[in-house]
Amino acid sequence: MLARTPSRSPGPTARSLHRFLLNRAAVLGMGMIVPMVLLILSYPIWWSFRPNDIDLLAMNAGPTAKHWFGTDGVGRDIFARVMDGGRISLLVAITSTVISAIIGFLVGAVSALAGRWADAVTMRFVDLVMTLPPVIFLLVLASIAGTGIWPTVLVISLLSWPLLARMVRSRLLELRERDFVMAARGMGAGLPHLLFRHGLPNSIDILVVFATLQIANAILLEAGLSFLGLGIAPPAASWGNMLNAARSTAVLEQYPWQWLFPGGALVLAVLAINFIGDGLRDAFDPRAELN
Amino acid sequence: MLSYSLRRLLIGVGMLLALSVLIFVLLRLTPGDPIDAYIDPNVPMSPSDLAELRVTLGLDQPLPLQYLAWLQQASMGNLGYSIQRPDQPVLGLVLSRVGPTVLLMGTAIAISIIAGIATGMISAVRRNSVADLSFSVLAVTGISSPPFLSALVGLYLFSVYFHWLPSGGMLTPGREFSIGDLLHHLILPAMLLAIAQTALIMRYMRASMLEVLNQDYVRTARAKGVYEFWVITKHALRNALLPVITLIGSTIGLAIGGAIFIESVFNWPGMGLLMVNAVENRDYPVIMGSTLVIGACVIIVNLLTDLAYAVVDPRIKVG
Repeated sequence: MLARTPSRSPGPTARSLHRFLLNRAAVLGMGMIVPMVLLILSYPIWWSFRPNDIDLLAMNAGPTAKHWFGTDGVGRDIFARVMDGGRISLLVAITSTVISAIIGFLVGAVSALAGRWADAVTMRFVDLVMTLPPVIFLLVLASIAGTGIWPTVLVISLLSWPLLARMVRSRLLELRERDFVMAARGMGAGLPHLLFRHGLPNSIDILVVFATLQIANAILLEAGLSFLGLGIAPPAASWGNMLNAARSTAVLEQYPWQWLFPGGALVLAVLAINFIGDGLRDAFDPRAELN
Repeated sequence: MLSYSLRRLLIGVGMLLALSVLIFVLLRLTPGDPIDAYIDPNVPMSPSDLAELRVTLGLDQPLPLQYLAWLQQASMGNLGYSIQRPDQPVLGLVLSRVGPTVLLMGTAIAISIIAGIATGMISAVRRNSVADLSFSVLAVTGISSPPFLSALVGLYLFSVYFHWLPSGGMLTPGREFSIGDLLHHLILPAMLLAIAQTALIMRYMRASMLEVLNQDYVRTARAKGVYEFWVITKHALRNALLPVITLIGSTIGLAIGGAIFIESVFNWPGMGLLMVNAVENRDYPVIMGSTLVIGACVIIVNLLTDLAYAVVDPRIKVG
C-alpha cells in the first residue's frame, strides 16, 4: 500500500533561504547591518545629543565618555551626526533604489514584450548610459538638479536603472517564448497582464538582488556627491559631507575622529550590504546545489 | 573579422552621435537662459533688442536645428567659452588637462593590471590557501571602500603621519622639473586609484584561471609531463587572460570616476579636478565640454578593446 510520506521536500523559496543561511559572509553581513540600522533608527531615544546641538565647552574635542566619537569644529556631537547621517543615507539609498527598480523593471519588461523597435531604441540608450562613467554623469545631473535630499534621490535613481532594465529584459525575452505566456497571449492578455501577472513574479529574484546591491551602490553615490559638495548640503549631516570636512588639512591631521567614524560607518554598511547581496544572488541561483 | 570591425565601428559612431544629443539636451536643461551669456548685466536691454539678439544667435530656431548648428561647431572643436574665465575656450582648457589625467590613470591601470593578474593567478593556483583568502578579503574591502575614503586614509598615513610623500599637486612649486619629483607626487594617487581596479581584475582573473585549469587541454599538458610552471604560464594563462582584456576596457569608466575623487583630494591638475571646480562654480560649458571629451574617450577605448579582442581571440566572428 502506498503511504504518502509526512515530510515534504522543501520548496524553492525554502531551499533558497537555507542556502542563504549557509553562506557565512551573508550571515555576517546581516549580523552587521541589522544592529547598525537599529542603532541608527533608535538613537534619538537613548542618545542625549542632537546632530545640530552645539556644545560650546567641547569644540574639536576627541572621543570621551560624554561624546563617544568626539565633536567637530563648532562643538557638534560626531556620534549624533554619524547616526543622523546614516538615516539620511538610508533614506536616500532606499528611496532611490525603489524608484530605479520600478523604472528598470518597466523599461526592461516593456522592451522585451512590446516589440522590436521599442526594444532596439531603449537598449541602445541603455548601452550609452552604461558606457559612460557613472560618476561623471552623476556630477553633470547633480550640477543641474542642485543639492538636497530629493534632487540627490532623483539623480541617483535616474542613473541606476539601466543595469536592471537589461537583466529584466533578457529574463523576459526567454519567458516570452514559454507556453504559458503564449497561452496568455493567445487568450488576449494585454501588456499590463503580461507585465504584472507573468513578468513580475518571474523576475522577482533579479529585483531582490538588484535592490540589495543597489542600496550599497546608492549609499556610495550619495556619499561621493556629498563629498564633492553636491548631494546633501550642510548643516544636514551625511557620511559624505562629514568626509568632505577632512579636505581641510587641519581636520585631516589633527581631528581624525571627525572623518574616521563616518568613513568607518560608510565602509561597514556598504560591506555588509554587499555580502548580503552576493549571498542572495548565490541563494537564488538554482545551479548552486549542483556544485 | 572585417565585417565585425565595421559593425563595431558603426555602433561606435552611433554612440558618439547619441552622446552629443544627450549633452546638448542636458546643456539646454541647465538653469538660466543661454542668452544671458551675451548680456552685460549692467546695461539694461529692451525686449525688442533681446528678440533681435535671439534671432542673430539662432536661438529662435527649433531645437533640432539648434542641435545641428551646435554639432557643427562642436565637431570643429568649438565647445564655447568658460563662464569663469571668459577668455578661455573650453576645448583648450580640457585639452590642457588631458596629459596629467592620462599619466595618472595610465600608471594606475598599469599597476592594477600587473598586481591584479599576479594576485589572481596566485589565488587560483593556490586555491583556498592563506594567500588566496587574504587576497580575497583585501579585494572585497577594496571594492567596498570608496575612492574618496581610501584617498583620505592614504593621505593621512603616508603624507601626514609618516611624512614620506607629498600631500598633493603634480610638481613641487618653484623647483625645476625633474622626473623624480613627478614620480614622487605620482606614486600615492596612482596606487590609491589602482585599488578598486586591482580588486576587480583579481577576482575576474581568479575565476577565469580556475575555469581554464579544469579544461581538458590543461590535463593533457600535465599528462604529457609539461612542468607545472609552463602549464600555468603558457597553457592556462594565455586563455585565462582573454576575458580579463574586456574587463580592463570596460572598467575605464570606473577608473575615470575614481580619478575625479583622487584628483580632487590630491589637487592633481587633471580633467577630474577641472570638472569638480567647474561643478562648484556651475560653469556649464566646461562641465558639458569635459563630459563630451571624456565620454568620447570612453567610447573610443571600448571600441579599441573590442577590436583588440577580435584580434586576440580568433573564435570571435560577427557578433
